[in-house]
Amino acid sequence: MSGHESTYKPETGFTKWLDSRLPIIRLAHDSFVDFPTPKNLNYWYTFGGILSVCLAIQIITGVVLAMHYTADINQAFGSVERIMRDVPFGWLIRNIHMVGASMFFLAVYVHMFRGLYYGSYKAPREVLWLLGCVIYLLMMATAFLGYMLPWGQMSLHGANVIINLFGAIPLVGESIQSWLMGGPSVGNQTLQRFFSLHYLLPFMIAGVVILHIWALHVPGNNNPTGVEVQDVKKDTVPFHPYYTVKDGFAIVVFLIIFAVFVFYAPNVLGHADNYVEANPLVTPAHIVPEWYLLPFYAILRAITFNIGPMDAKLLGVIAMFGSIAVLFLLPWLDTSKVKSMRYRPVAKQFFMVFVVVCLLLGWCGASNPDNAIISMGEDKLVVNYTDAAGLEGTRVFEEYTPAAQFRDEQQTSGGVASIAIEKAPAFTFKILSQILTAYYFAFFLIILPFLGLRERPKGEPDSIHQSILGHDAPAAAPAE
Amino acid sequence: MKLFRPLLAGLGALALGLTAHAAGGAKHAHAPEGGWKFAKVPAGKLDKDSVQRGFQVYQEVCASCHGMKLLSYRNLGEKGGPFYSSDYPNANDNPLVKAIAAEIEILDPVPDENGDPVYRPARPSDPFRSPYPNDQAAMAANGGALPPDLSVITKARGHGNEGDGASYVYSLLSGYPDTDKIKTKAGEDGLNVNYLEFDKDHTVGTLVQPTGLYYNPYFAGDTTPQWDGDPRHAPYGGFLAMAPQLPEGRVEYIDGTEATTAQMAKDVAQFLHWAGDPKQGQRKSLALPTMLYLVLLSLLLWFSYKRIWRDVEH
Repeated sequence: MSGHESTYKPETGFTKWLDSRLPIIRLAHDSFVDFPTPKNLNYWYTFGGILSVCLAIQIITGVVLAMHYTADINQAFGSVERIMRDVPFGWLIRNIHMVGASMFFLAVYVHMFRGLYYGSYKAPREVLWLLGCVIYLLMMATAFLGYMLPWGQMSLHGANVIINLFGAIPLVGESIQSWLMGGPSVGNQTLQRFFSLHYLLPFMIAGVVILHIWALHVPGNNNPTGVEVQDVKKDTVPFHPYYTVKDGFAIVVFLIIFAVFVFYAPNVLGHADNYVEANPLVTPAHIVPEWYLLPFYAILRAITFNIGPMDAKLLGVIAMFGSIAVLFLLPWLDTSKVKSMRYRPVAKQFFMVFVVVCLLLGWCGASNPDNAIISMGEDKLVVNYTDAAGLEGTRVFEEYTPAAQFRDEQQTSGGVASIAIEKAPAFTFKILSQILTAYYFAFFLIILPFLGLRERPKGEPDSIHQSILGHDAPAAAPAE
Repeated sequence: MKLFRPLLAGLGALALGLTAHAAGGAKHAHAPEGGWKFAKVPAGKLDKDSVQRGFQVYQEVCASCHGMKLLSYRNLGEKGGPFYSSDYPNANDNPLVKAIAAEIEILDPVPDENGDPVYRPARPSDPFRSPYPNDQAAMAANGGALPPDLSVITKARGHGNEGDGASYVYSLLSGYPDTDKIKTKAGEDGLNVNYLEFDKDHTVGTLVQPTGLYYNPYFAGDTTPQWDGDPRHAPYGGFLAMAPQLPEGRVEYIDGTEATTAQMAKDVAQFLHWAGDPKQGQRKSLALPTMLYLVLLSLLLWFSYKRIWRDVEH
């Protein structure tokens, strides 16, 4: 925390010598040993530590995988399988890397929702939040690039879908598209550049993580009350051993869940089609991204209408990128002075709805937009016919027998007739995702800006230690 | 996997559970009676005898159309494989594996000193022989349909739960309609047409099998164009180019097991399940110790946490 005096005292000759030249031990000591941390952080605050473990796991397993992987469209699929078959413990390393991507996103989503709930993006932590958004963006890029590498059907066709999005940008879209692909279509050159970038980006993430931690250590941690530290003695404990042990416990519990997937269900989070080698001539029935990108995929597909000169495809792309861009504006969109939603009774409810909306968007992203969630009435049968006199017409039937009878009559009398299904009107995934998308944007652009001005916060404590003594009960009366 | 169902359901249903089946859809694949032994938690093992028999089915039936290019003969004798023997830690020395390989003649990837191609018996280090020189030849021989490579077929079907893919293979191979259910009538152009009659609930009508294709309720596809009944209740499944391959007694098992359709389908599904993930035995034997270690470590950390924080009100 800025203003907190360093307590590091070099003991030996060497550390004294080093301290006056490169005070790196002092930096580590002040950042991770004696760093004053609010006493009241709950388990939602352990996900930062969990995420750094995730990053380390992905980088270490990834470097080993890269030693055995071949970035060539004819060999990539086989080389990934060879890792799992012939490299000693290759199956373990690959499963960890594959499941690790999902675990990384699971943790980052918890981390982000925690930041949203406790107002960790508000002054003086805006830069901290922005850096976090940059990390999240880099993570999505890295995950997308990595998903291409096994060169399965979803790799190829998923990459096609995403790269085609850039084609929707007016004027320069097509050029950007071929620039990304390195040619007219997704091919060997695309796989090679994706591999190169997939290796590069994690180190950029690591760099931004260092900035993220730096930006955290200047104002210090936020905490569940959202009230800043006032008295270091009463409100905080040193990071070590208090939070090293608490984070350590949470990390190991997280690793248990991680290990359940790695050892018992390594493929359950992926898509079976990615074990079919990529074939540009065969398109899978449903192209879906990995689960962690599904909400954005739902937002992309929710826009099915044109507005003015902009067609649905471009609007969908704008909405999808907008849904991430809006996160960058969040510190200035939320007008409330109170950080923690614990003391914002109305905002809290909107937040809970927002979490549910995000989960449901994921469900929509995984589903066929035209499928019915709630069907109103039964599907009907329509007989399209041209009778003997050449007149065209249609007739709708509820039951099959009369419909078939009518068709046969038409046919025997010299006409042409066929039966088709007329779907009953239904509440489809498309409509649901449109409603959810509207709420997603309204939450950031309308609810948070206006609610902050109107809402009456309730029971915010004066200090962290006061909230602890009151055991989180709303303060009955002003302290003095 | 039963124990982890709720956990997986939480994430899985949310993310993928409801994705896969298109309208029309295929019948849900199921495990053979009694379930898959290998799918039992915490450390279900493959039935080695069944995997051996399954290899026999693959060799005698499937291998004439389907390759397994990611496997080598040595894999059969490696730890966890169907012909592993502790006497031969190096599978290349295993006489059984050597004999299996030697029965197969392959084109040597290395030509002779004059540069001419050489055919020779396979060695354990050679990859499984491919039935066709290339995809075009495979399609030409199969009415335009490409028989998929079976190396990872069990991972390429289902939802990634242990046994999904094997259940699919089992259900598909044993799920063709009985031959006496398939009737023949003269078609409009004078050629015979095969058809099936359905009379169950709303699914009433006849389904015509297109020439060269075979109906299977477990195969993802669309039956409505061939269906003359209510299109809202067309039968599950679709048509595939592979005829039923496992009539009773199709192979004569070396170990004397009776070769019923269900038995052969179960054995070959189990063999393919092994082939798709040959290190699954290692994975499962490492699973429990890892979990125990992590649980003990978490307990240790929990008590350390309690002790360190005991004097801090928080």
